[in-house]
Amino acid sequence: MEVFKYNQPIIGFMANAKKVGIFSVVMVLTSLVLLMTKGLNYGIDFAGGTVIQVKYEGNAPIEDVRKLLQKEKAYEGASVTFFGSDDEIAIRTKSTSKDVDVDVSDEIRTILAPTGKFKIRGVDMVGPAVGDELREQGLLAMLFSIIGILIYISFRFEWRFALASVMALMHDVTIALGSLALFQIDVNLPILAAILTILGYSLNDTVIVFDRIREGIRNIKSSNLNEIIDESVTRTLSRTTLTSLTTFFVVLTLYLFGGEILKGFSFTLLVGVVVGTYSSIFVASPILMWLNFSVSEFRAKEAAALKREKEKEKQRAMYEQGTM
Amino acid sequence: MGKLNYRVVVFLFAFIFGVVFSIPSLMQSTDSNTTGKKITLGLDLQGGLHMLLSVKTEVALESKLKSIGTSVKYNLEDEDIIFEDLKISDGKVVFELLDKDDAPKVDKLLQDKFKEVTIKKDALVYEMTLSPELAKKTEQHAIDQAVDTIRNRLNMFGLAEPTVAKQGKDKILVEVPGIKTAADEQRIRALIAKAAHLQMMAVDEDRFNRLYSMTDAEAKQYGDVILPDVADNRTKYLLYSIPILDGSMLTDAQVGYEKNGNRPLINFSLNGQGAKIFGDFTEKAAPTKARMAVVLDGQVYTAPHVQTRIGGGGVQITGDFTPEEAHDIAIALRSGALLAPVQVEEKRSVGPSLGADSIKASSIALIIGFVMVVIFMIIYYGMAGIVANTALIANLFLILAIMSLFGATLTLPGMAGIVLTVGMAVDANVIINERIRELLHEGASITKAIEQGYNNAFTAIWDANVTTLIAAVVLYAYGTGPIKGFALTISIGILASMLTAILGTHGIYQWLTPKIDKNRLGFWFGIKPKKGEK
Repeated sequence: MEVFKYNQPIIGFMANAKKVGIFSVVMVLTSLVLLMTKGLNYGIDFAGGTVIQVKYEGNAPIEDVRKLLQKEKAYEGASVTFFGSDDEIAIRTKSTSKDVDVDVSDEIRTILAPTGKFKIRGVDMVGPAVGDELREQGLLAMLFSIIGILIYISFRFEWRFALASVMALMHDVTIALGSLALFQIDVNLPILAAILTILGYSLNDTVIVFDRIREGIRNIKSSNLNEIIDESVTRTLSRTTLTSLTTFFVVLTLYLFGGEILKGFSFTLLVGVVVGTYSSIFVASPILMWLNFSVSEFRAKEAAALKREKEKEKQRAMYEQGTM
Repeated sequence: MGKLNYRVVVFLFAFIFGVVFSIPSLMQSTDSNTTGKKITLGLDLQGGLHMLLSVKTEVALESKLKSIGTSVKYNLEDEDIIFEDLKISDGKVVFELLDKDDAPKVDKLLQDKFKEVTIKKDALVYEMTLSPELAKKTEQHAIDQAVDTIRNRLNMFGLAEPTVAKQGKDKILVEVPGIKTAADEQRIRALIAKAAHLQMMAVDEDRFNRLYSMTDAEAKQYGDVILPDVADNRTKYLLYSIPILDGSMLTDAQVGYEKNGNRPLINFSLNGQGAKIFGDFTEKAAPTKARMAVVLDGQVYTAPHVQTRIGGGGVQITGDFTPEEAHDIAIALRSGALLAPVQVEEKRSVGPSLGADSIKASSIALIIGFVMVVIFMIIYYGMAGIVANTALIANLFLILAIMSLFGATLTLPGMAGIVLTVGMAVDANVIINERIRELLHEGASITKAIEQGYNNAFTAIWDANVTTLIAAVVLYAYGTGPIKGFALTISIGILASMLTAILGTHGIYQWLTPKIDKNRLGFWFGIKPKKGEK
């Protein structure tokens, strides 16, 4: 089966670069506005607090639970929601306790005693200081991976490739964060992992397109960057779509069947896969053009490098023959 | 069929390796007797308690200062030096000399005996503070001691494989798998938190009748302290605040039972020095039938009248214990006191049923995702899809095998990582197959299309995998707990896919080449080149 034919006419991506660019800028700006107005809804991992998962025998009496908790001063702002099914609820509260032997979950168990038969299935409690530390570490992790990737791509390609791929990456991550703000999803550690995966995934996609452009620069006769980009992106279109589809469907099964705990994680990845695919096809390459990438310059550099390599080999050969 | 080439051999070897070493892990749910190295399930999958504790080191600093104060007092009195206003406050020990002529003697004494203490002198007023080095040492010691003590307690409690480790500079990570009920969990937390400060204190019989009209401050003036009874905190005791002896002289503590009944009690033995002090005290106290209180963490457990001299250093604590309480107290006493109390910074507790649900849900997602990818690859690529699927299966086994061999921990995000790897691992084969198809369309021979296809695809796959690996490694370095698990499975998945998807499938193609029929490209590669293309 073939979706994209071999003799698929070359698509004029670059001719539409401006329109796509405007669309992307609008998306990124919207995301930034969302992040500034609605803001990220930090979950307990980053903001501190307690989440208690309670499973009842039969339907959970969620109204009773709310009423009982409202009476307690310490749990006034607590939110009680169903968690995946009718018999399970999650209680989220800002309060934490430092005592090892009696903690928030013990208190909640006593408070809820009149509501029926239940089991506390899980308790997550994070002190505010730990949350700050985790957030800092998350940002550092992102920063260091970006720096590492910049260095690697500069080394393997050229600095403009590196910059373009990192800009495409920021585009993807910003939009993913914007969607988290839009849907007010609890941002916890797994979400951070998802964002970092998007980072890797989006790069993966972009690098494969860039690899083809690099190859195009060497093999395609034209020195027109736009033509080279159009042909290279068209050639990788089949691969980009296929891989994105398989990844998308796998993440979708994770979202649908992976259980409540992985919902936020897989949602973030779903957004990331879609945006990452879009950006590697439409966004990353035009940036290369806007950065004034010069085909002839790159060819000259490569030729010079090749010459140096040959020179070295020649000398080595001479050395081995004992002529030096 | 072609000749076996080294690539196929390596691939076969990797495949067998993967299957053999992942069997113990795959079988662990059905047969717990399988031997061999297994993947450890994370606490989020098997259930258990995870806590990040911090140590209140300021308490350790304070008690260090107190002991310095006591030692200064003892040394000065020993040398018949007159001083006044010896106080411990605001992290300082302060006292004033009365006689100017004593100053040189005091200077020398302090310099000799209190080496790591910073001493400031203003006329005859001495101010002693802990030097930064000593303070740091004291804090570190308190943390290390807490780690050791908690580890001992959990080991003695008898649960499978608890982990107690220092994390970062001043945190303690405690992980206890296999807790069944909330009550058990609380019992374990109580055991961890117990200060286990044991003291034997003499009852101040002379002033005892005024106890209930006495304030704490008044008691302090007499050098006494008022402590409540453990069973009923309205019952109080007036005790001399300097203990006869404390838990540091204890060598063992065991649960026993009363002779005429089955109420549990705790027997403990003292070391030689403790036994002597205890013997001397009981000898002095016996004629007046004075009482001696056993105090644990500021509560009086028992305060019997001393009838006769007790030698040998064996002592009993009675009280209204349940057998579990007696068991836990004995453990806490044996493992020693905590120098400073611990507090919770982070706690995650997962019930066994929640863990089982997570395993089920993520396994279902893994299987559905896997089956979808496998079917899709066959429909789209024909035989080439089957080759890619073989690599994918080998990849999964390899991930499990490598994790088993390293005894790595599989967490819920780790499971998600494996699911994601399935989606991404086919990528390499998609790239390769697309390249081979292109070359076939251009009319290349089978052999040339395969060799050239692998060549063309290699740099793209390599660069893409390395960049993803960079992100995964950083995530591993900066992540905690479950996130580390995610980064680990992704990293292993990428490395394994380099072996299976690039090397392995290449070998299979080379081995199959003589069999591939140029006229059946639809079957082999899922394409039908038009005649005109050639």
